[in-house]
Amino acid sequence: MTYQPQNDFGTPESRSDETVSLTIDGRNVTVPAGTSVMRAAAEQGTSIPKLCATDSVKSFGSCRLCLVEIDGRRGTPASCTTPVEPGMVVRTQTPHLAKLRKGVMELYISDHPLDCLTCAANGDCELQDQAGAVGLRDVRYDVQATHLGQEKDHSNPYFDFDPSKCIACSRCIRACDEVQGTLALTMEGRGWDSKISAGLASDNFLESECVSCGACVQACPTATLVEKKVVEVGTPERSVVTTCAYCGVGCTFRAEMRGEQLVRMVPYKDGKANRGHSCVKGRFAWGYAQHQERILKPMIRKSISDPWREVEWDEAFAYTASELKRISAKYGRNALGGITSSRCTNEETFLVQKLIRAGFGNNNVDTCARVCHSPTGYGLKTTFGTSAGTQDFDSVEDTDVILIIGANPTDGHPVFASRMKRRLRGQDGRPGAKLIVIDPRRTDIVRSPHIEAQHHLPLRPGTNVAVLTAMAHVIVTEGLADEAFIRERCDWDEYSHWAEFVSQARNSPENLQPVTLVDAEELRAAARLYATGGNGAIYYGLGVTEHSQGSSTVMAIANLAMATGNIGRRGVGVNPLRGQNNVQGACDMGSFPHELAGYRHISDGNTRKLFEDDWGVTLDPEPGLRIPNMLDAAVDGVFKALYCQGEDILQSDPNTAHVSAGLAAMECVIVHDLFLNETANYAHIFLPGSTFLEKNGTFTNAERRIQPVRKVMTPMNGLEDWEVTQRLAQAMGLDWNYTHPSEIMDEIARLTPTFAGVSFERLDEAGSLQWPVTADAPDGSPIMHVDGFVRGKGKFVVTDYVPTDEKTGPRFPLLLTTGRILSQYNVGAQTRRTENVAWHPEDLLEIHPVDAEDRGVKSGDWVKLASRAGETTLRATVTDRVAPGVVYTTFHHAVTQANVVTTDFSDWATNCPEYKVTAVQISASNGPTEWQEEYEALAARSRRVETGIAAE
Amino acid sequence: MNSVERLVHMANQIATNLATDDAPVSAVADHIQQFWDPRMKKMIFAHGTAGLSPVAAAAISLLADAQNGA
Ligand code: SF4
Ligand code: SF4
Ligand code: SF4
Ligand code: FES
Repeated sequence: MTYQPQNDFGTPESRSDETVSLTIDGRNVTVPAGTSVMRAAAEQGTSIPKLCATDSVKSFGSCRLCLVEIDGRRGTPASCTTPVEPGMVVRTQTPHLAKLRKGVMELYISDHPLDCLTCAANGDCELQDQAGAVGLRDVRYDVQATHLGQEKDHSNPYFDFDPSKCIACSRCIRACDEVQGTLALTMEGRGWDSKISAGLASDNFLESECVSCGACVQACPTATLVEKKVVEVGTPERSVVTTCAYCGVGCTFRAEMRGEQLVRMVPYKDGKANRGHSCVKGRFAWGYAQHQERILKPMIRKSISDPWREVEWDEAFAYTASELKRISAKYGRNALGGITSSRCTNEETFLVQKLIRAGFGNNNVDTCARVCHSPTGYGLKTTFGTSAGTQDFDSVEDTDVILIIGANPTDGHPVFASRMKRRLRGQDGRPGAKLIVIDPRRTDIVRSPHIEAQHHLPLRPGTNVAVLTAMAHVIVTEGLADEAFIRERCDWDEYSHWAEFVSQARNSPENLQPVTLVDAEELRAAARLYATGGNGAIYYGLGVTEHSQGSSTVMAIANLAMATGNIGRRGVGVNPLRGQNNVQGACDMGSFPHELAGYRHISDGNTRKLFEDDWGVTLDPEPGLRIPNMLDAAVDGVFKALYCQGEDILQSDPNTAHVSAGLAAMECVIVHDLFLNETANYAHIFLPGSTFLEKNGTFTNAERRIQPVRKVMTPMNGLEDWEVTQRLAQAMGLDWNYTHPSEIMDEIARLTPTFAGVSFERLDEAGSLQWPVTADAPDGSPIMHVDGFVRGKGKFVVTDYVPTDEKTGPRFPLLLTTGRILSQYNVGAQTRRTENVAWHPEDLLEIHPVDAEDRGVKSGDWVKLASRAGETTLRATVTDRVAPGVVYTTFHHAVTQANVVTTDFSDWATNCPEYKVTAVQISASNGPTEWQEEYEALAARSRRVETGIAAE
Repeated sequence: MNSVERLVHMANQIATNLATDDAPVSAVADHIQQFWDPRMKKMIFAHGTAGLSPVAAAAISLLADAQNGA
């Protein structure tokens, strides 16, 4: 396939149900009402010359290149701003129009540098194309010097801004306003003097509000805003559609290639999760894939104090299999286990759990979702009957009240946040949705350009259940519950029991205020708004799940949605915002020790039989160990070998000291990853992994959308990750012979009712599918529980607030909560190896001015952060984003090791760690702690490779 | 916390959170049966009921009896 940019229809699609027929250049065309003449023409294959219009933003009508003639109308209207009308007769090519257009182009070109041959956008420039399209051959004006020769802005690590090439079409400004919603750009000056500026005149892109999403670069018709990579490598020659491997939004991209070299990732307009938008991570931060620190050869060592020795794959598999067999023979089969990754594909995850259940012969398989969304699985399964969000992302367009709890979408789920913000700002005369934010911190979405939350409830960390129960109290006692819905869809007795519980005086907002620190009146108003404001949709994240009552909070959320009838149609629902790209998929694939693919308990004989017959083995009916249980068992000396694919448990799991003790007690730790991560410091075998660019498979995003991941280059390490797992299984004597991941998906579909209709073929046809994909719903299910709950009747569960055992006191008077930032991703193994460090070179501790003053701490100071579990140092930033008594940090950098201080308290139902609440003390410090220094030394020691080349 | 202490803590935590269930003892027993691996169950049976809340203790006894075929 040769390179073709995606078709540009000039103006956005109209969503009207009415249609209009008209004639363009003698041909009849029927389009939805509200479509522009330009778009109608494009849909029938006629491209009208244009410069200031592009289909990602509303038309502006400034360039006058898209003029047309319309029967019965005077003059030559701009086709991008003229809506179609029934019976209209339009001509797009006449001698008169040609003359006008040439004149317009001449003016543009006279003020544009004529260095096309050496321009980065040569061959991919709309100005060039349009000059050709209107037949421009010479320019009669003197080349003007008004805006040429201006200084370029190279500050953004990924794209350049060359104002001399700007034609002032304002597409970039509109993209930043409408698509991204950051409003970072403005136009200064007028006419030929106009200049695009990132905020203040003095600002460059890096220092400005710009979040580097790339929407303006995408919208720019010239080389004014252009990817540095295109400048460096040249324009692409082919493209492959694939899925971002960073977060649970699951944006679809075109990987645009030159040979085997990736030139750029361009958001794909037909991607149903992102609709043509992207964030800095997916768009630009893929440099880690070729980073020099990537390990490309397998390595082994007898002891973790030895240096690594590089070996060939054959030796690596033989050695690994012999170690696993030795340990199984010596300590029993239950001494083995493994961890699947939410970063790997569904197919890879499925194989890892199959290796453990069928090959290791136990159910000691868990996934990193344990530490983030396992309470979602438990809570939504209990209440609704299925462990997944209820909506697709498009649903937000019909939402009237958005309730965000424990999530920071602008940083964690940026592309979906942009869609949310668009809905919050309102559009085309339609008022914006209302917003309620429940979060200890004033996150960006609480107040951003043209958005102001109606209610921000800054609760004390750890009191989610109390706040939600108080909201339920208001809804029930003020008669705002949707009883008709409840009678029809839910178990009435369970509802009555729950209603009686929440109505108790002890659950009133006033009574709980001393516990939650949320103003009772504000909470009442928020509850009324959610219950009565129209379609109410709840979005939540790890601020809900990573608590000792994480599962209870998820159920409390489900209760609220059922009580107000906000389930089962567009615009409403309960939506977990998933962290990693394939958290949903990893859970679906049977990565939890107690259940097989499709959330069926391992003790269920019928399900087990299905798998046993297919796999030709006998499965253990007892649940296996969860990650924290594995570590406990390791410390007890009975758990000895771990296969860890694509997860860095040492950095991402709580209470680092306990994790390292567990790992150190094992005899065979196998790390299968791109880099020598922190866990690899304790590993005996390292199997190099492949990136999402190097393999085929699928990811499932937060909307249950199964999306293809396509191989665009050969794996640098030689094998795709599923092949590594298969070769290991073969070395252990299992008869596996998959030749392509599509065969693994066929097996998943065969064994999992909700995936029955999924195959690579179907995915290629449809682009993506939202499970359940069944005979009843062959095209998937954008919205769940439409005609009733999956479990039958919706279940109300009483969730009583139980304070966490992690309590503040005189020694540890502050509460630490953790989160993430836009430019970095989780433990940062990937993003730290890209230019994204320009925005976030270190983890910072946010502290309220009052608490800072008490301790004599100023912004930029080193502080010691200590808890009952341990201590670390980092630098402080003083801000009133956090309430007094609360401090906040991210966990992206290994040197900070924020998890040294988190404790091993966990969710009562799932053991999901309580990351979001740790009692801490802050004090002035002048440098790294002993732990940090010792750890640095250990890390350096354990990364030695015998060939003499230091790995990091 | 060593492993047994942690199991006691976990069992109590489950019991506290399921206290509002209609039948808390069987709910707790069922939860542990579904989510704990055999070794964890064995460890807490061997440990007995010391340190367990009444509901947790009853649930553990119920499970232990069922396991022993009582
Ligand atoms: S990169 Fe995104 S945020 Fe930055 S100016 Fe462009 S559109 Fe705005
Ligand atoms: S930077 Fe590009 S998109 Fe923005 S006004 Fe200039 S030419 Fe148009
Ligand atoms: S929002 Fe998530 S999926 Fe989309 S580009 Fe950014 S990181 Fe990738
Ligand atoms: S494209 Fe219509 S006026 Fe510019």
